[in-house]
Amino acid sequence: MTQENQRLGIVVSGSLGKGVEVRLDSSASVEDMVVGRFVTIEGQKRRFFGMITDISLGVTDPSLTVVPPDVSDPFIAEVIAGTSTFGTLHVSPSLVISGDAATMLEGPQPVKTIPSHFSEVRLASQRDVELVFGTEDEKRFFIGTPLDMETKVCLNLEELVKRSNGVFGKSGTGKTFLTRLLLIGMLQKGTAVNLVFDMHSEYGWESRDERGRRVKALKQLFSSQVAVFTLDEESSRRRKVSTDFVVRIGYDEIEPEDIALLRQTLNLTELAVEAVYQLSGRFGKSWLQDTLNLKGTDGLPEDFKIHESTLQNLQRGLATIGRLPFLVSDAPDNAVKRILEYLERGINVILEFGRYTDITAYILVANLLTRRIHARYREGMERAIGEATAPPRPLVITIEEAHRFLNPEVASQTIFGTIAREMRKYNVTLLVVDQRPSGIDSEVMSQMGTKITCLLDDERDVDSVLTGVPNKGELKSVLSKLESKQQALIFGHAVPVAVVVRTREYGSAQSYKDFIPKEAEKDIEKLWE
Amino acid sequence: MGEVIEASTTDFVAQCYELYQIPPLGSLVKTKDEQLELYGIVYNAATTSLEPGRRPIARGKDETTEEEIYRTSPQLLKLLKSEFGVVVVGHRQDGKLYHYLPPTPARIHSFVYLCTPAEVMEFSQSFDFLNMLINAHLPIPAEELIAASLRQMSQAYEDRHAFLVAAGKELAILLSGNLNQLKAILGGIRG
Repeated sequence: MTQENQRLGIVVSGSLGKGVEVRLDSSASVEDMVVGRFVTIEGQKRRFFGMITDISLGVTDPSLTVVPPDVSDPFIAEVIAGTSTFGTLHVSPSLVISGDAATMLEGPQPVKTIPSHFSEVRLASQRDVELVFGTEDEKRFFIGTPLDMETKVCLNLEELVKRSNGVFGKSGTGKTFLTRLLLIGMLQKGTAVNLVFDMHSEYGWESRDERGRRVKALKQLFSSQVAVFTLDEESSRRRKVSTDFVVRIGYDEIEPEDIALLRQTLNLTELAVEAVYQLSGRFGKSWLQDTLNLKGTDGLPEDFKIHESTLQNLQRGLATIGRLPFLVSDAPDNAVKRILEYLERGINVILEFGRYTDITAYILVANLLTRRIHARYREGMERAIGEATAPPRPLVITIEEAHRFLNPEVASQTIFGTIAREMRKYNVTLLVVDQRPSGIDSEVMSQMGTKITCLLDDERDVDSVLTGVPNKGELKSVLSKLESKQQALIFGHAVPVAVVVRTREYGSAQSYKDFIPKEAEKDIEKLWE
Repeated sequence: MGEVIEASTTDFVAQCYELYQIPPLGSLVKTKDEQLELYGIVYNAATTSLEPGRRPIARGKDETTEEEIYRTSPQLLKLLKSEFGVVVVGHRQDGKLYHYLPPTPARIHSFVYLCTPAEVMEFSQSFDFLNMLINAHLPIPAEELIAASLRQMSQAYEDRHAFLVAAGKELAILLSGNLNQLKAILGGIRG
C-alpha cells in the first residue's frame, strides 16, 4: 500500500488542455496507482492539485517488448522495473493550491498553467484534500471520502441548490442512497426545502436495502421537518408509515398540458392532443369528465372538427387516467395548496406513490403539482422583487425516472424542462435522479450545476453525463472504472474539482446519529435500537 | 602493491613488486602524487618475460610440482614481471572526490595501492564511473569489465543485493538503447 504524501514520480510532458504525463519512480508500483486518486505536483512556483485519470506502461527500448528480459530472475526484474520499463500516470491538474497571491487570499484557484518539467508528483495528503474540499460546516455537507483516504469530501450545499443537479447511475449502484444523503444534507443544513416525488416510496419511511437490511429514511430521522404525503393510503398504512396527508386530485385539476405530456405513455395521436385543447376550451374545468361522458362525436357541438377515431383514441387514453384511484371527480382538499403550505413553513414534503408506480401516474402527478407550485413560486419571487419582501425559500424538487420528463421530445413542453433551464432565478431547482441520462435532453443536461454519477456502462449515457465538461475524455476513464457500489464521481458547481468518493455510510445506527444535530438526539434515541 | 610504469590521461600501467601479486580484475586502485589522488579500475593484467625478445621456456619436465620449478630456478622470479592496466575513472583533489578524468595523468613510479572497503564505498556512492567504463576503448569487452568491477565493489557492502540493484538500474538507464549489452552485464552480476 502506498503511504500518504509518497513521492510518485516526475512530470515529463503534457499540456494544459490534455493534462500532464508523469513518469513513475521505480519505488512506486504502477499497481498501487488508482484512477481517481488525488495527487499534488510541486511546481517551481506553485503547487498544483489534480487527479490521476489514466495509467499506462512504457519502455525505453521498443525491443524490450519484442524480446522481454527474463523477469523470472528477481534480480533482473528488480533492475528493469522503473528504469527500462516504467509506469506513467496521466494527471489532469485542476487547481493551484498554493504559491501565488490569489490562492493565499482566496483559496484554491483553477489552473491556468501547468507545472514545469520534472516537477515532483506526490500523493495528496489529508491536509491538501481538506484545503480543497473544505471542512464540514453550516454550508458544507460531508458526502464521502476520497479513494484510500479518510479525509471528508464536502459538498457546498448552498451552491448546490442554486442550480439543478443530477444523480445518475445504473440500477443498483446506489443512486437512492446518494439521493437520500443529499436530501439529508439539505435538511440538516437547511439550505433548501424539498419536494420529493417518491416513486418507489423509499425516501419517507424505512425501506430495505439490497441485503435486506432495514434502512431508515427522512421522516424517521427528521420527523419534525418532514411531511409524508401519500397517494396510496393503504400501502402506506400497511408499511406503518405515519402519513400527514392523503393526496386526492380532482378531475377539474387536470389541464390539457398534463395530457399533452402523457401523449407517449397514453398512446395518443397528435390530433387527439389537439382535441384536448379544443375540448377544454369549450367545456372549461369539467372537460375531462365531460369528454369521458361523450357518446361518440354526435354529442359534440357542431363546429367541432374532431374525427370519430380521434375521439375514441382520446377517450381510451383518458379512461386510463380516470381509472387511477387517487383521481376523483371531486377532490376534498386542494393538494397543491397543502403542499405549498408545508413548503412555506419550511417543512419538506415527500410524496409517496405507493402502488401507483406506473409511469403514467407518476408523470401526471409530478407534472401537475409541479406546474402549480412553480407558478406560485414565480409569483412569490416577482412579488419579492417588486415589494422587497423576502423571496420564497429555495425549493428543490426531486424527480426519479427523469428521462421520461426531460427527453428531447417533451423537455420543451414539461414544466421540468423549464425549471431545469431557467427556474434558478425563481429559487426552484431540480434534483434529477435517473439511470438513463442519455434519454435526457442535452440542453437540460448541460444546464445542470452538479452531477453526481455512479457507475455507468453505456457509452451514450457516459457521453451525455459528461457533456459540457472540459476534460471529458479523462473523466470518462475514471467513470467507467468506478466500483458498482458506494462509489460516485462528483463534478460541477458544488465541488472545486471532479472527485471520486466512497460515499458516506448510511444505514447503521452510528450513521444516523451523525446526521442528526446534537440537541435533537434525545427525541429519537429510540430509533437507534 | 605496484608502481606506475606507463601513464596517459585515461589509463596507466603498473608493475607489481612481486610476481603474480596482481589485483583482481575490476578492483578499484589508487595512486597519488602531491596534489592528486587518482582512482582507477584494473582492466587488464599480464605476466611476461622481463626482456621482450626472450620468451620463457617450459621447465617442468623433471619436477613433480609447480612450486618445485620456482624453487629449483629461483632466478625465474627475477626474469618475469607482472603488469596490470588501470583505466582512470576519477580523482581526488583537495580532499574532494570527482568522478571524472584528472587534470594530469599519473606520474611514473607513483605507488599504486588497492583501495580499502571504506574507500570503495565512498567512491561507489556515485555511479558516474559506469559511463566512463562503457565508453572507454579497452582491449576487453566493456560489459565484462563493468560486471567484474561491480562484483568487486559489492564485496565492500553489507547489503550486496541492494548495491547491485542500484547499479543495475543506473546501467539500465545508461544502456537503454543497447539491450544486449545490458543483459550481458546483468547476467554477470546477478549471482
